[in-house]
Amino acid sequence: MIPLVKRKSNAGLAIVAALVAIPFVPLFLWTFAGRWRFPNLIPSEWSLRGVYYLLEPGGQVLGATTNSLLIAGAVALASITVGLPAGMALGGYEWRFKGVVIFVVLLPIIVPPLASTMGIHLTFIRLGLADTALGVFLVHLVPTVPYTAIILTSVFAERTGELEEVARTLGASPWQAFLHITLPEVAPGVAVAGLFAFLISWGQYILTVLIGGGNIVTLPMLLFSAASGNDPVITSTLALVFALPAVLALVVALRYLKPGEANERGFVGLGKVS
Amino acid sequence: MGGRFKIALLLAPALLVIGVLFSGGLVAALVQSLGYLPAIGQTEVSFEAYRRVLGDEGFLDSLLLTLYVAGASTGISTVLAVLGALALRRSSGRISAVVFQLPITIPHLVAAVGIALVVSQTGLGARLAAALGLIGEPREFPALLYDPYSVGIILTYVWKEMPFIALVVLAALRGVAGELEEVAQTLGANAWQRFWYVVFPVISPGIIAASLIVFAFTFGAFEVPYLLGKSYPTILPVMAYNEYRDLDLASRPAAMAINVLIALITAVIAAAYLRLARNLGRG
Repeated sequence: MIPLVKRKSNAGLAIVAALVAIPFVPLFLWTFAGRWRFPNLIPSEWSLRGVYYLLEPGGQVLGATTNSLLIAGAVALASITVGLPAGMALGGYEWRFKGVVIFVVLLPIIVPPLASTMGIHLTFIRLGLADTALGVFLVHLVPTVPYTAIILTSVFAERTGELEEVARTLGASPWQAFLHITLPEVAPGVAVAGLFAFLISWGQYILTVLIGGGNIVTLPMLLFSAASGNDPVITSTLALVFALPAVLALVVALRYLKPGEANERGFVGLGKVS
Repeated sequence: MGGRFKIALLLAPALLVIGVLFSGGLVAALVQSLGYLPAIGQTEVSFEAYRRVLGDEGFLDSLLLTLYVAGASTGISTVLAVLGALALRRSSGRISAVVFQLPITIPHLVAAVGIALVVSQTGLGARLAAALGLIGEPREFPALLYDPYSVGIILTYVWKEMPFIALVVLAALRGVAGELEEVAQTLGANAWQRFWYVVFPVISPGIIAASLIVFAFTFGAFEVPYLLGKSYPTILPVMAYNEYRDLDLASRPAAMAINVLIALITAVIAAAYLRLARNLGRG
């Protein structure tokens, strides 16, 4: 017999899982719906119109997806490059004024980047960065760099640095110690940070609209205009495609990281991935 | 190589990005809010935009709406998160991680679209109500989108942010709180006493810290209210954006003034969060 506590807990899990699943129900049904009149609970006819729309040659979706992937990929790489040394300094060493620097790094996570982006727009126009992919890439760094820096700070804070000392005592150069000891050890944390940076950039809508000026079309922009219109099939199909990287990232994170790790690391990032 | 120099060098790239793109942007917003816009021939500095914004009834309506949406979303998320975490604390770490991580990772826009298709007047909820004979036509179902109470927006935020707080609570429950609770149980405390006197005091700083983040985020977020909110009043960031897009360039300083106010309010929340987090680290 299953103990009562365990059974209660399973019931709780089932309820929470159902609540989490609810918004996906209409998204899946509408994606493959042909005809779905009120008050039918499920579509009366099915169709692949949504899927055809995605793959339509010369359609907007492929181009927008490519733009989103390229920008998010570049943003993730840049954020790691910039965030890794910062995380090392903040998590690996003790020094004066660290509290102030942490506050500065934390600010762009909490103060909405839309405020600073509207402020910088005029300068971007003057510098010729407005309406370009480079400009969009740059403003996406505002939310992603602090995230990667903070995630990597917690990664470095958990380490003791003893192995590096041993390596140095045995004659390794600082660079060798970093390359052969530090880097392999922090690699999973770096992967998580990169994944988060990718997802944050992938989810950006308003920063891209503001700086890209409609010139750089990304997936959330297509989703937004579909959602403001009146075609639930196209809207739902785009929404599922837009959600796909998040689902894949979750699968990867859970598969390759210890559950506890996915939990706590994920925790730093959250609430804000979009 | 000196230690301090090394630290400075390691921090330089990140601080450069934040300093130029974020702080620079905020300073530019501040300058423009003071009416200094050489591009359109305005070089006189004044607090005119702030006077206009703060004296505008539309701004106050907008501020109240923003506080209401952020407050309600945060409050409901926090209560549900504690209940959810308590319900899931003994289930497998892996499964509850998936269940809670999914909404955290899914973009807000997807959540908003999914929730809209559930709660709209022809949505899944209305169809269920019709199947149960509660309503006959779509318009008999309560309007939960573009509505005065921002139900659709709040539901989307609760769906997205509740799991974030729940994960924080869950981590605390599986740590020290769990051990202390066992001790209390051995000493004869009942379930309510164990929660109120032992578990809650241990998990509450974490809950407050996570709630602060959620409040600041829902206060400054744009997408969900832009998609699911009514056209007046709008949430503050949407108001700033609408002013910014106004063809009349004279609206620019007002848009920037709203941005500066949003930044100030959220920065205060960031400071409070950091204080709390540091105390947490010490405790």
